[in-house]
Amino acid sequence: MSASAATHDDHHDDHHDDHGPAKGFMRWVYTTNHKDIGTLYMITSLIMFMIGGAMALVIRLELFEPGMQYVDPGFFNQMTTLHALIMVFGAVMPAFAGMANWMIPIMIGAPDMALPRLNNWSFWLLPFGFVMLASTLFMEGGAPAAGWTLYPPLVLQTGDSFPFTIFTIHILGISSIMAAINIITTVLNMRAPGMTMMKLPLFVWTWVITAFLLIAVMPVFAGAVTMLLTDKYFGTSFFNAAGGGDPVLYQHLFWFFGHPEVYILILPSFGIISQIIPTFARKPLFGYSSMVYATASIGLLSFVVWAHHQYTVGMPIAGELYFTYATMLIAVPTGVKVFNWISTMWRGSMTFETPMLFAIAFVMLFTMGGFTGLMMSISPADLQYHDTYFIVAHFHYVLVPGSVFALMAGTYYWLPKWTGYMYDERLGKLHFWLTTISVNVTFFPQHFLGLAGMPRRIPDYAVQFAEFNAWSSVGAFVFGFSQLLFIYIIIKAVRGGQKATDEVWEGASEHGLEWQLPSPPPYHSWITAPFVK
Amino acid sequence: MRKLRLWLAGLGLAFLWGQAEADYTLNLTEGVTELSRDVHDLHMVIFWICVAIGVLVYGLIIYSIANHRKSKGAIAADFHENTKLEIVWTVIPFLILIGMAIPATRVMIKIYDTSGADMTIKVTGYQWKWRYEYLDEGLDFFSTLDADSNRARQTGSGIRPASVDNYLLNVDKPLVLPTHKKIRFVFTGADVLHSWWVPALGWKKDTIPGFITEAWANIEQEGTFRGQCTELCGRDHGFMPIVVVAKPESEYRAWIAEQKSAGAAAKADATREFSMDELMARGKTTYESNCAACHQATGEGIPGMVPAISNSPVATGPIAQHLDVVLNGKGAMMPAFRETLSPVELAAVVTYQRNALGNGMADMIQPSAIKSN
Repeated sequence: MSASAATHDDHHDDHHDDHGPAKGFMRWVYTTNHKDIGTLYMITSLIMFMIGGAMALVIRLELFEPGMQYVDPGFFNQMTTLHALIMVFGAVMPAFAGMANWMIPIMIGAPDMALPRLNNWSFWLLPFGFVMLASTLFMEGGAPAAGWTLYPPLVLQTGDSFPFTIFTIHILGISSIMAAINIITTVLNMRAPGMTMMKLPLFVWTWVITAFLLIAVMPVFAGAVTMLLTDKYFGTSFFNAAGGGDPVLYQHLFWFFGHPEVYILILPSFGIISQIIPTFARKPLFGYSSMVYATASIGLLSFVVWAHHQYTVGMPIAGELYFTYATMLIAVPTGVKVFNWISTMWRGSMTFETPMLFAIAFVMLFTMGGFTGLMMSISPADLQYHDTYFIVAHFHYVLVPGSVFALMAGTYYWLPKWTGYMYDERLGKLHFWLTTISVNVTFFPQHFLGLAGMPRRIPDYAVQFAEFNAWSSVGAFVFGFSQLLFIYIIIKAVRGGQKATDEVWEGASEHGLEWQLPSPPPYHSWITAPFVK
Repeated sequence: MRKLRLWLAGLGLAFLWGQAEADYTLNLTEGVTELSRDVHDLHMVIFWICVAIGVLVYGLIIYSIANHRKSKGAIAADFHENTKLEIVWTVIPFLILIGMAIPATRVMIKIYDTSGADMTIKVTGYQWKWRYEYLDEGLDFFSTLDADSNRARQTGSGIRPASVDNYLLNVDKPLVLPTHKKIRFVFTGADVLHSWWVPALGWKKDTIPGFITEAWANIEQEGTFRGQCTELCGRDHGFMPIVVVAKPESEYRAWIAEQKSAGAAAKADATREFSMDELMARGKTTYESNCAACHQATGEGIPGMVPAISNSPVATGPIAQHLDVVLNGKGAMMPAFRETLSPVELAAVVTYQRNALGNGMADMIQPSAIKSN
């Protein structure tokens, strides 16, 4: 591999300028360059994050006080459904895919992704998918309103938007599967000499495992929603008891996809945090191999715990108990990861630039989500927690100060590398504090609401829930508007500022190949493969 | 001095806590059944385990942040693995989990044991009301959001929720149950999934169309216990509360007898001739609690989503077709009211829709002319 790359170089050295980016808009349409595609993914993700966030603010506005003030309950349900679909498939997944595209070739010493044309296609499917999903808002009967889980029979009451929702999922699924194939192929075949699997940076490892999860579960989801489609339009009865089907079968299929899916949203975060903490603690990652094994264990366990989302559907007691035990087990490898991060910080020489602040907040607040997750694994107790604001608090703790914080940490960490300019550290810290305080004001009171008896997905509530809902709404608006600052900081860094060094962070060149390339790196990353000791 | 300050801080916290308790609660209810207490105990045990682990984890992180920082001259150590440590923090959490799994299993087995019940209640979830059937008594009725809450919850109603008694947690007809009896519940759904949850009983159970799920409760205390539907079931998911009233056996028996004679009287009443005024009055209340949420109190509907009743071809066309739409529903949004409304209510609401809301058909239909269930 490396030998042929070298001869290729010798022959074409003087043609290299021809391979630079094309000019104008068509550069982005035709591009097969991993950095261009990575950038496209991340810009898309940021746009979807703002749209999904605006929908969250509609929800929080209506929930600010008891009584129905602003929207119709049906529209409220459309907002909760679209908010979730957009945040999961539009904001978080493309952001991780973008970072993978940008960083994986650089981190393993490759010139580009293994399958560049496939890469172009997997990105360019997304805008069509999202436009189709957004267009459902304007259709007869409105956007889908049955929740992102799309449970039948309710979802079969969706109006004209129903098939468009299903096709959106098909398109996004194809895109994800192709991206996953590309990442696995790249990592298995394009590593620089000396870069053995057990030397891969953790971000690459977590993405490889994520990619396997994607390939395994996306087809299941696509199949399940196709069965919904035929139930509605072609007279099948997969999920209709009157025709010999079972509505709960859909839930099993959905969560067989859905549980690995939530780990798809968190495993790459683990990778990013495992890159950042060693850099700013100026110490190697503690327990590298146990981190790899823990991630793989979490990936494997994710396939065998799905029905813990369905403790209330009346499974046989054996199923109830099995899923309880299997789910509790996940706490073990997750705990190992947290302890390893703490040991990495321990007796380090830490500095607290914005990426490190977000990474530490991630460890602390993700752990909070882990605790509530452990509580909910206890099935008898979950009969109380299930479908209340307690679960809303739980999954927002793992997804917002979890996944989203990891993405922000990663953005600040690699932004100087991507743009060649340092971001404004003072503004970055301001963004961190605004975000961290407001995220807790938003989601912490929701634990109390759930325990006190407030169900989720309701547009209006009894008056005893008023205080904490008001808190939560205030927090949400501060959180939402703080993200405008994030966008401003990114734009400012793209446009210029203090030049970044190759290493960017003090001593970072010991922590990964990306810090050995110039900032910004050349259009084709590693023309000559580096040799990894 | 230090001790004094601690005491003061503690008092302050206690005061705040007391304040908070006045309006809202922070924690899970202990409930009024053996099961709900067991679940509450499990919840508290796992909560305190999490608190203990949290103190350890957050303590280590905060200590490290405070001391191992470059600005304090800390020099990075070089250690990066320790197999013994890895084994320790794999095995200890595993043992804690086994310690949790044992009581959890015991409680779950108890929750699943519906044998030896004294009576059975069948609960059916409808969009958006509950149907309660006392299988041993032959008693059968629907329970819907009460009229006050329903008026106040319409978008832009201008009624302050705080002025409504038990806003959104009150129904027209509560489920009355005896105390100190093992009550078996069987659940099913009529249209979509719902979930029946009264926190004081300690569990919730999904109602699934075409399937039966089970649960049980033995209520140890008299009182009124409130809950809600917890599975998204469409537009009015937030507006189908549950109210359980627990009474001693003797009062419960008296209530059953009263319901049975009232039911017989209503059935007999339905066969007589109703006047226009009677139907219109009855129709107005039926309209407000069953139709107004979507078609609006004015009958104008929601443009693009819900058709109007005012001057609509249905409400101003042949009465038989009008009745057919109400009985059997239409499309994905309009539910069938064949089962959920009585013949009197059906006749009244059809008559009302044809002679109010801007319509003036001047015709009517008698309850005796309706052959529903």
